[in-house]
Amino acid sequence: MADNILSVRGLTTEFSGGRGDVRVLDDLSFDVGRGRIVGLVGESGSGKSMTALSLMGLVPQPQGRVTARSILLDGTEISRLGPAGMRALRGRDIAMVFQEPMTSLNPVRKVWEQVGEPLAIHHGLGRRAIRARVLEMFEMVGIPDPKTRLDAYPHQLSGGLRQRAMIAMGLICEPKLLIADEPTTALDVTTQAQILRLMRELRDRVGTSIIMITHDLGIIAEMCDEVNVMYAGQIVEQADVFDLFEKPSHPYTRGLLASIPRATEPRAGRRMPSIPGMVPNLAKLPPGCRFSPRCAEAMPICRRPPDLATLDGGHVARCWLHAAPDTRPMGETA
Amino acid sequence: MTASDIVLSVRDVTKHYRVGGGFAGGPAKVVRAVDGVTLDIRARETFALVGESGCGKTTLGRVMLRLQEPTSGQIDYRGTDLTGLDEAAMRALRKRLQIVFQDPYASLNPRMRIGEILAEPLRSHGYGPPADIRDRCAELLEMVGLRKQYLHNYPHQFSGGQRQRIGIARALANNPDFVVCDESVSALDVSIQAQVLNLLADLQDRLKLTYFFITHDLAVVRQFADRVGVMFLGRLVELGTTEELFAQPLHPYTMLLMSAVPRPDPRQRGRDRPMMQGEIPSPMHLPSGCRFHTRCPFAQEICRREDPSLQAIGSRAVACHFPLSG
Repeated sequence: MADNILSVRGLTTEFSGGRGDVRVLDDLSFDVGRGRIVGLVGESGSGKSMTALSLMGLVPQPQGRVTARSILLDGTEISRLGPAGMRALRGRDIAMVFQEPMTSLNPVRKVWEQVGEPLAIHHGLGRRAIRARVLEMFEMVGIPDPKTRLDAYPHQLSGGLRQRAMIAMGLICEPKLLIADEPTTALDVTTQAQILRLMRELRDRVGTSIIMITHDLGIIAEMCDEVNVMYAGQIVEQADVFDLFEKPSHPYTRGLLASIPRATEPRAGRRMPSIPGMVPNLAKLPPGCRFSPRCAEAMPICRRPPDLATLDGGHVARCWLHAAPDTRPMGETA
Repeated sequence: MTASDIVLSVRDVTKHYRVGGGFAGGPAKVVRAVDGVTLDIRARETFALVGESGCGKTTLGRVMLRLQEPTSGQIDYRGTDLTGLDEAAMRALRKRLQIVFQDPYASLNPRMRIGEILAEPLRSHGYGPPADIRDRCAELLEMVGLRKQYLHNYPHQFSGGQRQRIGIARALANNPDFVVCDESVSALDVSIQAQVLNLLADLQDRLKLTYFFITHDLAVVRQFADRVGVMFLGRLVELGTTEELFAQPLHPYTMLLMSAVPRPDPRQRGRDRPMMQGEIPSPMHLPSGCRFHTRCPFAQEICRREDPSLQAIGSRAVACHFPLSG
């Protein structure tokens, strides 16, 4: 589809190790519309960061194996590009902003050289042109006193400024897609608010399409147009952000929404709603629905793996509660 | 309020660090990590200390337990000034004053079995013969919702949430009555965070515990704490009951901190919410007057000159020349 900048079908990532293969991503399909912010939300081990690495061609080789029926980036198939093709793409067409701005910058190189590096790699620009372009980017991402910051080393910048510099690096080649993996998790809440606002403004002004990876449903609600909820390597719910918060349909999403503490509401009681148990080990998944051992609404049929069932308006949930009657196995009822 | 209602009180406590000087050259600078904090913690309450990184909240928590020595000030635990105690007397009191750390991965020795981790504080305080210690370890595990078979396992065999339960069990080994929880649920996934907070609430009711709950997470504060102190650059800038404070913050910093929290409701998207400008000043170069004036949208001339002290307003307190209407 022409209005999707990214269209992923059947993305599966497996790791082989001493105890056999582990499938960390299982058949993911989702779209990112042009100029949209699409969220991937889940807890640790859900596979959200692995999705980013798989799309970027950064899954460690040879242990990791990434396959997909199709990955279209702005209409071009990229799922069979190979390492050299992905290298040409990275930083130019797809860029990534990581969680920890301190560890993702080289401490002994000046900030402008690092932020401008994609220009040297992909466009062969000279130092003078790169420096001028980095200055423009620093102004765009709101780094105060940008001229003097060009020659700073990473440790001379605060966490918030480092993350602004990382965003400048991500956007410097005007990528089609920016993947932001927990971009504000290491920041204080007031700095986080500034960075989130910056990303929203960039989307509004420049039209950058963004995949926002986070564990924080608050950030999803503030930032995203559409949301994919991930659990144990699968997408379990997919919806427009307003639909998701208004009518969460997967019991996992409902449990998550119930268990987030809210700063805007008085304490409800002595105990908070929580989801019992813990995220399953991907090497020892329960049969059928991966959430069923923790699910208050589990039924006998949940021992079989549910497909994604379509609800109203493109809202999708991987749950037998929503499966159309004719897709259920004979003789079983929900 | 009678004196016996107060478990721990902190009087004008400071903790200053010298930075630089010496070998690297240049004059030494002083970081005022905690700069004159006075606070009473009441029996069986959950007192939350909230603030951003570098505000001094963790340092204050450690100084309260004398894990770090205060530079000046007084810390009274049930009528005894901890700062005057010698090591032996302090050691005896340590049983009653415990801490649960943030990182469940870094705070448990990876080479020790859970049984040894839990037995260590019991042995060092002379709990009793080995059989009693074994029984107590099993009891502790069950108290935090883990099976006693886990005594033989190593920390890496547990999830983050389970490890934090073990950290809690260790802190409770010698029946403390005052527990500092330093970002104790911050590293946990939300579904697990709620489980651990519920456990802490149950244990508080059962064991009559008082919590000093250090966190950066305002949402957890609102759902878990009875009273709140807000810290900014070494100072307490606001103090009140959770409901009063969240219903109407008095300090502009508290208000801006609250408005910065992302809300899990897309209908409340906050494009026009007030937002803090600029960066937190360095604790080595504190601004003149009110430390918050460089970021405060309401700062006046007096804020640049005079450092406001914490003043009581009814049952609350605020350090601001122009408190928001309360």
